[in-house]
Amino acid sequence: MTSETFAQALVVAATVLLALAFVAHVAEWALGRGSDEEPPSAAMAAGIGRSVTVLAWLVLLAGVVTRGVAAGRVPWGNMYEFGCAAVVLMLAAYLILIRWWGSAIDWTGAAITGVSTVVLGASTLVYVPPGPLVPALHSYWLVLHVFAAMLAGAAFVLGAIASVGYLLKSRTPERFPRLPSATRLDEIAFKVNAFAFPIWTFAALIAGPIWAQYAWGRYWGWDPKEVWAFITWVVYAGYLHARATAGWKGRAAAILCLVGFTTFLFNFVGVNLFVGGLHSYAK
Amino acid sequence: MSDAPELSRREFARWIWRQLTSMRTALLLLLLLALVAIPGSVLPQTSVDARAVEAYWLDHPDLAPWLDRLGLFHTYTSVWFSAVYLLLMVSLVGCIVPRTITYAKAFRARPPKAPAIFSRMPASSVREVAVADVAAAVERARAALGRARVDVVEHGVIEEGGFTELSAESGHLREVGNLLFHLAIVGVLIGVAVGSLFGYRGAAVVTEGDGFSNVLTQYDDFASGALFDREALPPFALQVDAVDARFQLTGPQRGAPRMFAAHGRWSAGASANQEKRFDLRVNHPLKIGRTSVFLIGQGYAPVFKVTDAEGDVVFHDAVPFLPSDGTYTSSGVVKVPDAQPEGLGFQGFFLPTAVSTGKAEAPVSAFPAAANPLVGLFVFRGDLGLDSGRPQSVFMLDKARLEQVKTKDGAPFRVSLTPGQIADLPGGGSIQFVEVRQFARLQISSAPFAWLPLGATILGVAGLVLSLLIRPRRTWVRVSRTVIEVAALDRVPRGGRDLEEHVRRVQEAI
Repeated sequence: MTSETFAQALVVAATVLLALAFVAHVAEWALGRGSDEEPPSAAMAAGIGRSVTVLAWLVLLAGVVTRGVAAGRVPWGNMYEFGCAAVVLMLAAYLILIRWWGSAIDWTGAAITGVSTVVLGASTLVYVPPGPLVPALHSYWLVLHVFAAMLAGAAFVLGAIASVGYLLKSRTPERFPRLPSATRLDEIAFKVNAFAFPIWTFAALIAGPIWAQYAWGRYWGWDPKEVWAFITWVVYAGYLHARATAGWKGRAAAILCLVGFTTFLFNFVGVNLFVGGLHSYAK
Repeated sequence: MSDAPELSRREFARWIWRQLTSMRTALLLLLLLALVAIPGSVLPQTSVDARAVEAYWLDHPDLAPWLDRLGLFHTYTSVWFSAVYLLLMVSLVGCIVPRTITYAKAFRARPPKAPAIFSRMPASSVREVAVADVAAAVERARAALGRARVDVVEHGVIEEGGFTELSAESGHLREVGNLLFHLAIVGVLIGVAVGSLFGYRGAAVVTEGDGFSNVLTQYDDFASGALFDREALPPFALQVDAVDARFQLTGPQRGAPRMFAAHGRWSAGASANQEKRFDLRVNHPLKIGRTSVFLIGQGYAPVFKVTDAEGDVVFHDAVPFLPSDGTYTSSGVVKVPDAQPEGLGFQGFFLPTAVSTGKAEAPVSAFPAAANPLVGLFVFRGDLGLDSGRPQSVFMLDKARLEQVKTKDGAPFRVSLTPGQIADLPGGGSIQFVEVRQFARLQISSAPFAWLPLGATILGVAGLVLSLLIRPRRTWVRVSRTVIEVAALDRVPRGGRDLEEHVRRVQEAI
């Protein structure tokens, strides 16, 4: 087995494991429904989901590293690799935050594993064999710019999940007894987005322009990717500003956060596949 | 009487100004800017890809004129985008400058006085205990509060039932962060404006063996800011000796570009005899003073030798053909106005690796490197219109007064040549495809003050991190002979029991 097919097999294995973890977490919700106290069966399902997620993370990490070795460069040079590496970061963030915040975050298991499965599955649709990159990507900025974008993106996913949780909990708290309080969810979303935003600023408005100057001879050229990165930045800036100074907590802030996340998602999927432009490295 | 409308007009202006510079308006305008930027990412833009815009006009003949009237093919220089941008700029400056003053004041402010009733604060504790030395207790509290800003006020004589109050506030760096972030936004706006006013950018196609000197006439396209003096282009010249393009030879990504480079020599104006070598690659521009030279593309420039009906060589030069796809299928024209008895024009394509699938099929390019070059040209005779004074593109033929050369049976006459081959033209003369050269497409630009928006963005992020991480906290301590009271307030609420912990810690330290 070549390292190329080995890397691919590891990613597929991780996808299957994450799908299993997702099933376990869904079972956890189903078993715990209607009761405030978590029944032992639900706790067991949660434990299985968690353990399988850790395993999937290790397998996926191995897959991404093998892919990087096979290509002889950082493993985030196209859309497929970006998806895989971003899921590694997202799962890492999730597993770390469970240690820090415990019950405030562990309810996201089903959402995180579900999103991970979908992202990995969708990434497989745009699979390209590992290989060298086009000349514009021969730069150290690839390491910094794309890594920062992935890290911010991973955090944006967590923030969006917390905001969805907030919207559910604040409307019908009695239907979601196992979610943390609405205030706590609002706070989690804010913390995660406040972590992501400076990193996104670095990726989109510092590292990006510097690299664009070297590669294309201009700092900013309103390329579709740049436009949408800017839109995402503006929406999250509005969210943080409203949330921090205007005291605009609650539903409006949560919806703004989800709008921001949608623009990020569109930039990753829509601009890559349907719009084109200078950042078309999907294939 | 006459004063009344005057006054109301002024009040109206003040009201408008207050509305425009409110934080809410600034935020809304920021979101609006994001919204109006969207069309430019969906529709083709003239400044990015003029040919895509032309194609859009052909595909949507009904819609395109309307989009054009709305300026949607040049979104980022359109009236309404500029309007939003300018309004945002005014609003931000009007919003941020007064805020900076507020932040500056907040940074210098002393901690607020202790509240009368401590138990009304989010966290408080009361301990009834005999305090022998009130001053020492207050000092212990001060030590426990670390680097917070502290004021101590004594009320009455301690021995006669008086007490000492301590007010502390920590986290002033948050205001520094706020200040930095908001000033940085103004810095970015100014930097971008200044850079675009004084900067310039142009592109030129330079074939292997040819030179370029930095004067306006040598550019294929050129754009500069309103305050840039076009006569003041820094003097330098460069010569491209060789263009190196490598492509993936095998595997699924066959034909993908792997390396582009242009090698040559350059010299700056005063030291014209001191040539320096350069190796220009993508991501590695050449810096000449404040000007940068970028390699932004490359392609093929077949060399043609044209002999006219009278047997004179009237043309011998390399002609850049513009690549139109990933396999470098390129199109171009050859203009020979000096041919006798009539001017000659050629229009056609260049294929770097021509492959024919069948006799009746037109050949296509199978690979971007020049493995099996082929040119196919249609021939025109007549007046090329070069003397009419109207500017012409070097990549298009003005066919208004040209006649296409046809074969005896009336079909368009076509020449198909590989390097070295000569084709005789009907009516006399010949064209030879001598050899293939490559050209480099260079961008020459200067973006002055680029460090300003960049530096401001970096400072802005630093300020943002400070303002997000640092959460100011106010603590009050009241000590008398019999009671120690502690209360605390977070100006930005934190989760959990952090505040209670803090109060307990201070209480224990005393």
